[in-house]
Formats: sequence, C-alpha cells, structure tokens
Amino acid sequence: MKHKFYGGVHPAEYKESTAHKPVVPLANAPAQVVIPMSMHLGAPCTPLVKAGETVTVGQQIGALNGLGAPIHASVSGKVLAVEPRPFSGGGTMLSVVIENDFRNTACPDCLPRSGWETLSPQALIEIIRDAGITGMGGAGFPTHVKLKSALGKADTVLINGAECEPYITSDHRLMLEKGEKILAGTRILMQALNVSRAIIGIEGNKLDAAEHLKSLLPTGETGISVVIMRTRYPQGAEKQLIQRLTGRKVPPGGLPADAGCCVFNVGTAAAVFDAVALGLPLTHRYITVTGSAVKRPINVLAPIGTSFAHLVEEAGGFEGTPARVLAGGPMMGVAQCDLAVSASKATNCVLCLSEGDLPIQDKEQTCLRCGRCVQACPMRLSPLYLHMYADKRMWRETEELRVMDCIECGSCQYICPARIPLVQSFRTSKRELRKLAEKQKEGTV
Amino acid sequence: MNDKLNLSVASSPHASSPLGTRSLMLDVLIALVPALCISIYFFGPRALTLTAVSVAGCMFFEYAYRKLMKKSNTLGDLSAAITGVLLAFVCPVTLPYWAILIGDFFAIVIVKQLFGGLGKNFLNPALAARAFLFSYPTLMTTWASPLQFVGLGSAADAVTAATPLASLHSSTLPEGISLTDMFIGNIGGSLGETSALMLLLGGIYLLIRGVIRIRIPACFIGTVALLTLVFPRGNDPLQWMLYNVLAGGALLGALFMATDYATSPATPRGEIIYGVGCGLLTVFIRYFGAYPEGVSYAILIMNVCVWLIDKYSMPSRYGITAELKQAARAAKKGGKA
Repeated sequence: MKHKFYGGVHPAEYKESTAHKPVVPLANAPAQVVIPMSMHLGAPCTPLVKAGETVTVGQQIGALNGLGAPIHASVSGKVLAVEPRPFSGGGTMLSVVIENDFRNTACPDCLPRSGWETLSPQALIEIIRDAGITGMGGAGFPTHVKLKSALGKADTVLINGAECEPYITSDHRLMLEKGEKILAGTRILMQALNVSRAIIGIEGNKLDAAEHLKSLLPTGETGISVVIMRTRYPQGAEKQLIQRLTGRKVPPGGLPADAGCCVFNVGTAAAVFDAVALGLPLTHRYITVTGSAVKRPINVLAPIGTSFAHLVEEAGGFEGTPARVLAGGPMMGVAQCDLAVSASKATNCVLCLSEGDLPIQDKEQTCLRCGRCVQACPMRLSPLYLHMYADKRMWRETEELRVMDCIECGSCQYICPARIPLVQSFRTSKRELRKLAEKQKEGTV
Repeated sequence: MNDKLNLSVASSPHASSPLGTRSLMLDVLIALVPALCISIYFFGPRALTLTAVSVAGCMFFEYAYRKLMKKSNTLGDLSAAITGVLLAFVCPVTLPYWAILIGDFFAIVIVKQLFGGLGKNFLNPALAARAFLFSYPTLMTTWASPLQFVGLGSAADAVTAATPLASLHSSTLPEGISLTDMFIGNIGGSLGETSALMLLLGGIYLLIRGVIRIRIPACFIGTVALLTLVFPRGNDPLQWMLYNVLAGGALLGALFMATDYATSPATPRGEIIYGVGCGLLTVFIRYFGAYPEGVSYAILIMNVCVWLIDKYSMPSRYGITAELKQAARAAKKGGKA
C-alpha cells in the first residue's frame, strides 16, 4: 500500500559529483583529533582521561552522564588536552584532544562477540549503549534511549535510507558498499525490539542502492522489505518517513513509538552490527565532502574528531573562495565560521558552497500570500501566518498556530518567492515561547 | 588557511528555489499576451494603446507614490504592470484614456499602496478600480462591435453592440452569436475578456509553470457550470451552461483575477471554498441582479472574506486522529461545564 506524506519540496540534488565515488579512507590520517564530549542529544559526557594519558582506538574517553551516549577514542596516541574547543553545533564544547601516533593500536576490549544471535533485547540495548551509538542521520539521538522507549510499543523497525538532503551521498555509498552490514544491523535492531517487521525506505534517486539491498535479501524473506519512495524533501524526517512507509502519524508531542515505529538511519544500523557482532564502538563514520568550493568532492571514512580543515584538504582543498561551509546538507546544515571544528558522530557531510550557491536574497521580502509555504509544510502549518505574528513578536499567537510542531526542515523558506527567512523567525518564536514557559513555571512555584 | 577565509554564517536553509516574485509576475504578464493579441485583432489597435496607457499609468502611480512616501522603488516586481493590463482588460475598448488613468490611480494608490503595497491589499486592485469606474456607467458599458475598429483617439463614434451577457440576463440565448464566436472571442465585451480560447491558453501556461494552482479556477468555473446546467431558465441546459461559462468575464476572472495571491486564500481548503463562493455569487448576481455581469462583484465580495476563510480552513494538525480530536472536544466541553 502506498502512502504519501503531506507537502515537501524537491530542491536540485547536486548528488552526481560524489554519488559514484566509492568511500575511501583518509589519504593522510589526521595528526590530531578533537573529540567533543557531546555529539548527541542530551547532557555532555564526563571525560575519563587527562592530558598526558595514552589512549587506544575504541577506548572509552567520555562517560555517559544522564541522557546521552558514551564516547570513544577514534585514534590511538596521547591526550594533549581536555578543554573547550570550537564545536560544529555552534559555540564551544569540552573536547578531548588526542595526538595521533599513527599506530592505530586497538583497544584490547574490542573483541568480536559470538552468540549474539541469542541475546535478549535488554542485553543488546546495553551493548549498543556501551558502544556509544547515536543516530547517524544528523540529529544524533542516543540509539539505546530510542530502543528502550520503543521496546514493547513498536511493532515495526524503519530503516532510513532516504538521504533527502541535496549533495549528501554518504548513506548512498554505505548502502552500496556495506549492504550486508545494514541488513545484519537491521536484524539486530529487530531482535532488540522484539519485532518481526522492518522496512527500509530509499528514495528513487538511489535505485542502485535499493536494488542492491533487495538482491541481498534471501528469497522468501518476509521480515525485511525495501521500499522505493518518490524523491521528495523532507522524506528522511522521522515523522514524514513513518507516514510515508506505514501511513501512521506520530501524535503531536509524541514519540515514533506512539505510532508503533522506531526509525534508524542506515548508518546507525551498520554501526549497530559493528558494535554487537564485532565489538567495535562508534569511532569512524562516512562523510561526504562536497560542494562547488572544493576541488575534488569525495566520500571518506574518517575518524570522529577529524577537523573540517583536514577533511577539506582531503578533498583537494578549496576551489576558489568558499563563501559558506556547512556541517550537513543545505536544507538543515549548520553554517560554520571556524574550520577547526571537528566531525562528530552526526556529521554526514561537509558542504563547501561558493558565493553563487548561496540562497538568493530579496531585499523587499514582501509576502505575496501566494500560499506556497502552506502547501510545502510537511507538518501542515501555515508559515505565512506564523511569520506574520512572529514578526510582530506575538509569541502566544504563534503558539496557537502550533509553531512548536515546526521541524525546521526549511521547505517553506526554500519555496518562498519573496525569500523571507521563515525558519529563523520560527526558531526565535520557539525560543521565546520556551522562555515564557520557564517564567510561568517559576511564577507558579 | 583559516585566517584567510571569510565564511558567512546564516540560519538554515542554505538553498532557495529559483522561483522569485519577479519571475512569477513576469509569467502572468506572458500569460496575458495571447488575450491581448486577439483583442487587437478584433477591436483594433486601440486595444493596445489603451492597455499601454493603463500599464504606464499604473507604473507611474506606483513609482510616484513610493517616491513621495520615501519608500523603496517596487516597479521591478512587475505587479503594477499586471494591474495595468488587467484593468484595461476589464474595461471597454472605447473607454477614454483619462478615465483609465483615474482607474489606475484608484487601483494603485487607494486600493494597493495605502494598505501597504504588494501582498497587503485586501481587494483585487483592477477589479476595485473597475467598480470605481462605474461612476461613469455609460462609458463603462459602451461595447464596441468586434471587427469594427475603434479610432485611436476619441472613441465616441464607435459602432456599438450588445454583449451576449445582456441577452443572457433576459433569460434568452444570444441570437446570431454561435458558440464558436464565443469561444474565439468574436463578440462584444470588455477589452480582454472575450476570447475564451486565448484566456485558456494563458491559464494553462500559468498552471504548467506552477504560478497558479487549479483549485480556484476549477471550483469557480465548475460551480458556474453546475448551477447554470441545473437551472437553465427554460433554455437547453447544455447550451445555456456553455454560453454562461464563455460569456462575460468568467474565464478572465477565474484564471487571472480570483487567483491573485494577495486577495485569495493561502490554504488548500480555503481555495476550494473561495472558488465555489465566487461561482455561486457570479450566478446569483447574473440571475437576480440588476446588472448582467456578476464576476467582478463576486470576486470582490469573496476578496473581503479571505482572511475569515483562511482562519477556518487552516490545514488540520499533523498527527491528530479522529479519536484524538474527539477527546480534545470532550475535554473542552468538560472544562466549560
């Protein structure tokens, strides 16, 4: 049965420059890595190492602190410092700086595990937690927390191979090159949730990946199915993917588990296999380094903590003058002002844009009331009215118009002929509403 | 390498669709060209000069007002030019130049700029100006015959004809005017409204280019067609329906006026309500009004309902199921009691 998600846009894809390039390891390993202590949603980790200590690949260097996931060293060598460093999520973040000894000494604890096929969901979730796995698609939600909250509620595992953001091809390459891992990881996730159904959703611009995964499925397979979806942004957003693949909708303020689903990125599935079967914590990831401002766009396998500057060097350096460097794709990526920031667990792309790629600006920014934003909003909001109120700082009215439902996908702003910075205005509105709510809480206590 | 870089930082998204205000407006102008061409063919070069004067007038008033009020120059968005063309299209080709300039002033300054300019006006400027120009009822109802060219200067001696609408108003099918004439535009009427064929060509262009959406025109025309088919006033229902759809400004109104962004709803459901409302009022005015044509007033009346329509036709919240809705309603009732 086919379902559709509401709204969406189809921006130019720009994936062709890296879609056919196999993932390569870094030509030159970074001389040092800077590993931020928070690459996930939740509280930062507590560093377990001090400057001067030596660490091995896979050794835990950050301990779980409430909501979150532990963090492991991605290279072996000496800890140079534990201090705040520029962070790709904005501002600075306490980070562990490791000088690479280029030996890649593996942590002795990282050993292949036998007999995992019979482990209980709880045991699997513990392994996944200890391996520090977080969502690899961009948001970085701790995978073990997701599993725990969905255990017993979800009846379907959804594997997200949509990669609906323009430019990015790291998931595409992963599906082509590590298909077996993704499928095995999917089975582990099904085992961890005690469910018998999984759907892998892949957009139609990656037919080769979909065909490849289909061909890897054993004949007569009933548990896992591969669904090809019409290319449409933001199909890879959790709520939209659930709607597209199952027809179910997550209730407002609810979790995917409330719709009986649990969604994981293909990269997360592969990392789960590495963690459970091979005993490897999450220390490396696939990153697409692309955009018209780099010489040779590439897909690389990089240790977490590699600086953006180093990744750009790997792609042949800058072509001309870069105007904007993003962590992530053009629709939801975060603009960076310092290339010293490092790749985190959630960094799927380093996108370097030239002046000509930047969004067109319109000085007037006069809303025509054309309604394109209403038709494009996948959360069924009315961006033009939201903006009208936010512009006048009428926060309560924006709340009534459900600004808190906004997933900040950017579809409305992308399609706006007057180029009004809608998303920015909604972010401000949400922030102000959170402040108001806090104030109210204090008032009543 | 870091110190050399000057990276710009902004909030996402970092991409924008190539479609901008100006390109949308340009498409509308292009879509109006076929209707203008056939108007020149049937009514003579005065159709062109009147349209040109109207466009020039609108652009002048827009420029002058913004200059006087020390606001930015908005001629580049081309919306004033569209108003100019549309106002000429809804006036008889015999209208004196001074009259259309009065209309231009009313449309641009009173209806559009005084309310804040593009996107802020709540009435369609061209239609509001047309209604205003009916202060000169004789000038506004002197219909030139097709293929009897009107003089470029004064048009007082023009050969006049009754429009098909006049006979429809008296519940009879127009005599001697075939449906083909109606379709091609070989009839009397306002400058740009007569040729269904050319208007449809323009409308299809706008639909293909994604400038307008089909809901408003389809609901508008569909409602007119359905009502006239069901209530044929003693005529052959099918013929009556076709004459009614092709006559007057129904197609011009449905494709180019009712779809005006600023004065039509922004929500999908709202567009349907608005289109049906325009159709209903058009037939209502044509059947029961003193004046034969109802399209422009139907649209103007619906224009003022747009904000109300939008308010009650917002897309329903994502993820709200029937049960959740019921629960919310019950909770509300319980709270009140």
